[in-house]
Amino acid sequence: MPPTQDATPSMSQTTEEHLIELNDVSVQFGRQTVLRSLSLSIPAGQTVAIIGESGCGKTVLMKTIIGLVNPSKGHVRFDGQHLRQLDEQELARQHIRFGYVFQNAALFDSMTIGQNVAFPLRQHAALTSAQIDEIITARLFEVGLPKSVIRKKPAELSGGMRKRVGLARALVLNPEVILYDEPTTGLDPIMSDVINELILRTRHHYTVTSIIVTHDMMTTRKVPDRVIMLYPAARLDPDEPQIIFDGRPDQLDEVRDRRVRQFVNGEAGQRLMEMRQEYEESAV
Amino acid sequence: MATLPSSDTTRDLSPGFIVALTDWIADWGRVTIDSIADLGRFTMFVLETLRWMLFRVPKPETLWPAFYQVGVLSLPVVALTGTFIGMVLAVHSYGQFEAMNLETRLGAVINKSLVSELGPVLAATMLAGRVGSAMAAELGTMRVTEQIDALTSMGANPIYYLVVPRLLACLLLIPVLTIMADFMGVFGGHSFSVYVFNIDMHHYWSNSAEYVMNFDIFSGLAKSLFFGATIALVACYQGFYCGAGAEGVGRAATASFVYSFVIILILDLVLNLQLEALYRTLWPDQARLL
Repeated sequence: MPPTQDATPSMSQTTEEHLIELNDVSVQFGRQTVLRSLSLSIPAGQTVAIIGESGCGKTVLMKTIIGLVNPSKGHVRFDGQHLRQLDEQELARQHIRFGYVFQNAALFDSMTIGQNVAFPLRQHAALTSAQIDEIITARLFEVGLPKSVIRKKPAELSGGMRKRVGLARALVLNPEVILYDEPTTGLDPIMSDVINELILRTRHHYTVTSIIVTHDMMTTRKVPDRVIMLYPAARLDPDEPQIIFDGRPDQLDEVRDRRVRQFVNGEAGQRLMEMRQEYEESAV
Repeated sequence: MATLPSSDTTRDLSPGFIVALTDWIADWGRVTIDSIADLGRFTMFVLETLRWMLFRVPKPETLWPAFYQVGVLSLPVVALTGTFIGMVLAVHSYGQFEAMNLETRLGAVINKSLVSELGPVLAATMLAGRVGSAMAAELGTMRVTEQIDALTSMGANPIYYLVVPRLLACLLLIPVLTIMADFMGVFGGHSFSVYVFNIDMHHYWSNSAEYVMNFDIFSGLAKSLFFGATIALVACYQGFYCGAGAEGVGRAATASFVYSFVIILILDLVLNLQLEALYRTLWPDQARLL
């Protein structure tokens, strides 16, 4: 099976300065290899979508970038610094430079929406309550939420509203990098596009570097400058790279690799038979 | 189909037996390695928690809710169980003491048992059941819904933010809960002995004063500190490293209570032996009665 990387030259080979660099990174959980010898560079200001089927390691890759998951092999550099070599305080300082929008928003249940959005400010900024209130109202307005939600608990909001609160919280400290974990999953098409628009607006207003993990081809075609497709490490041959596509969104349609085409077109193909075969092999 | 000779049958069984044996050894090896790794992880968790607790005071907004959960909300249940244990002790002991015409000594038995043993263990058991399981479930849910990752991603240390306040609340409030359990137990025992069994109140209390020593109260409160720390650390650890999904959270809550309770009982034995040795060292000529 020919790799498609030759057909679509890697966009990481750019002259721009790289903000995020992964060099030969592998991540293992017990005996399961999730990321295998992955090398990747993301320049400042770029918007990258990471796509791939469920379980291929997209979220793990994002958590490895921010340092929530430690690689078993290789290293991650952020702005020239090895995250693993930083002490606890310095790592916390670097974390503030990221904003992370979690898949299910990961809002703190015990806090109100206002307290959730204000949390990073109370942790890291010496501001008065009035200043904090002003900032959270402005951030909530940016993501299209009224001031009335401030006193509500996360459980009282819809999925789309919670995602937007998650985005407001991620933006509150003006991060340099925003990580979006499946931002449109579980939302209706209109709300999905609202989120896509918010990601685009955020990028234009704040000139941030954005990494979006998604299954959504609408997001993949509309939002990023660059698309990276991962393939599950368990199904790769030993010498095959885990990144099976790295290029612009419009190049996705030109790729000949069956695996990429299958994903882009949403075709099951022989996948069910393959899964049965894998199950039989694992049972033996 | 030709029947195999018996020697061949034996030879065919051998590889199966060897496979079963190696599987059995491998299973035990895996369990051993996992247990050692778990113990190591728990030790690191405890050390990390102590480091944060000693070097940085938690913020009031994280401390007060934990104090409220552990202290205020546990008080009624601890008081209620303490009262009933005092009364049950009176009911159980009365018959035997009456047979020996020693019923006025009932106060000494009930009160000494309560302050040195039952009060601390009971308060700790109630705390492990009511608060420990809730802590494990809460932190487990936070783990499963990525709220702990969210804390880290926002530059807040989850141990400092989530574990230290809970540990401090358990550590500082369990002596208060123990005193409450002791007091209500003493009250329950007194009420039943004096008003139901008609034991003379003066003798009931004078015997208590003779046998119950300050060291008994001290030993009960000292033990409670260890129990409180155990409950908080075990519960937070179980929640922090809980498995995926609702099943993982449920297991964490159950494991939190079971492990806490077993450790409390083991600690109780060890601490009793140590406190007895301490008493003999401090007061070698004074025997502890009862």
